[in-house]
Amino acid sequence: MSTTVAKSSFWRERFPIDAVAHFFAKKTVPMHRHTIWYYLGGMTLFFFLIQVGTGVLLLLYYRPTAEAAFESVQFIMTKVRFGWLIRSLHSWSANLMVAAAMIHMFSVFFMKSYRKPREITWVSGVLLFFLALAFGFTGYLLPWNTLAYFATKVGTEIASVVPIVGHDLLLFLRGGEEVTGATLTRLFGFHVAVLPMLTTALLGLHLLLVQVQGMSVPPQAEAQAAQRKPMPFFPYFLMRDLVGWLVALGVLAALAALFPWELGEKADPFASAPPGIKPEWYFLFMFQTLKYIPAKILFMDGEVLGILAFGLVGVFWLLVPFLDRRPEAGGRTRWFTVFGWVAIAFIAVMSLIAYVVPQTF
Amino acid sequence: MMANFFSRISRRSFLDYFLGGGAAALAGSVLFPVLKYIMPPAIPQAVQNDVVAGKVGELAPNSGKVFRFGNKPGILVRTPEGDYRAFSAVCTHLQCTVQYRDDFKHIWCACHNGHFDLTGRNLEGPPPRPLEEYRVEIRGEDIFAIRQT
Ligand code: FES
Repeated sequence: MSTTVAKSSFWRERFPIDAVAHFFAKKTVPMHRHTIWYYLGGMTLFFFLIQVGTGVLLLLYYRPTAEAAFESVQFIMTKVRFGWLIRSLHSWSANLMVAAAMIHMFSVFFMKSYRKPREITWVSGVLLFFLALAFGFTGYLLPWNTLAYFATKVGTEIASVVPIVGHDLLLFLRGGEEVTGATLTRLFGFHVAVLPMLTTALLGLHLLLVQVQGMSVPPQAEAQAAQRKPMPFFPYFLMRDLVGWLVALGVLAALAALFPWELGEKADPFASAPPGIKPEWYFLFMFQTLKYIPAKILFMDGEVLGILAFGLVGVFWLLVPFLDRRPEAGGRTRWFTVFGWVAIAFIAVMSLIAYVVPQTF
Repeated sequence: MMANFFSRISRRSFLDYFLGGGAAALAGSVLFPVLKYIMPPAIPQAVQNDVVAGKVGELAPNSGKVFRFGNKPGILVRTPEGDYRAFSAVCTHLQCTVQYRDDFKHIWCACHNGHFDLTGRNLEGPPPRPLEEYRVEIRGEDIFAIRQT
């Protein structure tokens, strides 16, 4: 395919197509026992593209106001042909995207692929992950149902705990003192304009850096990678990627068709929070932790400390390549690996408890 | 004095300052209005100090209901003994709307399992403070909730 394009002088005169074709022809993927993890980044990208496609489709009928949002989603799901499928795909793919991004991120972490010179790749990746969470958070309110309403109320209230700028942050997110139609319109704007713009820019940078730097070989697999021949990306690895995407599409379609995403009840700001309320699974571990933190620790409100701690861990995670300096010298850094496993164990246990322990007590 | 000052700055650094300052001023004059635009204007709320929370006979003993108090929810509770109590229904933890649980015989917040007794005191769970209590007054058929000042 690339050769026919490269042969036509039309493109040659207008774009350095030979250089690009040459680059892809030479691109290889290292082979070793951890190679399987190289598929996760592409998988995340695949789900992201599905989000863009289904998102644009939903935009055609969705109306971002407190009066009409719930009804317009209901309209999409009941009147628009295949509307239920498009919405269901969008919701499921969002969850699969976060899951794929999470696995991708942790595998990169344990393979220490953030080592010099890939610090910026890691930082841009973590920021992209945070953006994915922000997409999840802002998108969650858009159907304007009860669950979404309270999740957003709690979520934005958490922002107000941040010292000094907390209240301004709350106003910024809610568009006023309360969660209202103004909040909905605002989060909609973030969800469909601001976040996609930031994501596109960061994603471009992230992918460019990966192309320029090539795939990192984890220190644990260096010997093996030296023995095995790397695989040419085009067409061999790409073909495998495509098989993976096909499987992902199958899983996604099955989930969306068999378990259509529910709409619930329209949000009523003057109703009690329903029992059994919980956020999406990727926020669950934080939510569960907040339940266990006592109201007061010394002289501070418990949740203030909890939220500050989560914030600090987030910053730490972002700065990992700059804090873990040892791998450059070839040494193994135990502490970071241990930290990674502790984090995974913590997330898993807290999420599990949230699912298993009955919510009404 | 003035001449001395200017002669000490080269043309080059003058231009640097000039352009740098200009760019900073431009950025500031763009950012400031944008930031101000993003922050929502405060909408004056008519301060309401009392509201009809419910009707006499509407609530059975050991039950409760949420009512509107301005733009916030309040909760009217009828205790198992038959007394009326009214509180802000905004949980002091992260602002979920609380509810009356007849099986606990007290107020409960579903979001993080916060419990409040019938005087609004936080009993258990993450809420750090009691619920704001309103004075209850019965005038004819109407049960009023009155903000205490
Ligand atoms: S908001 Fe009520 S317990 Fe957290």
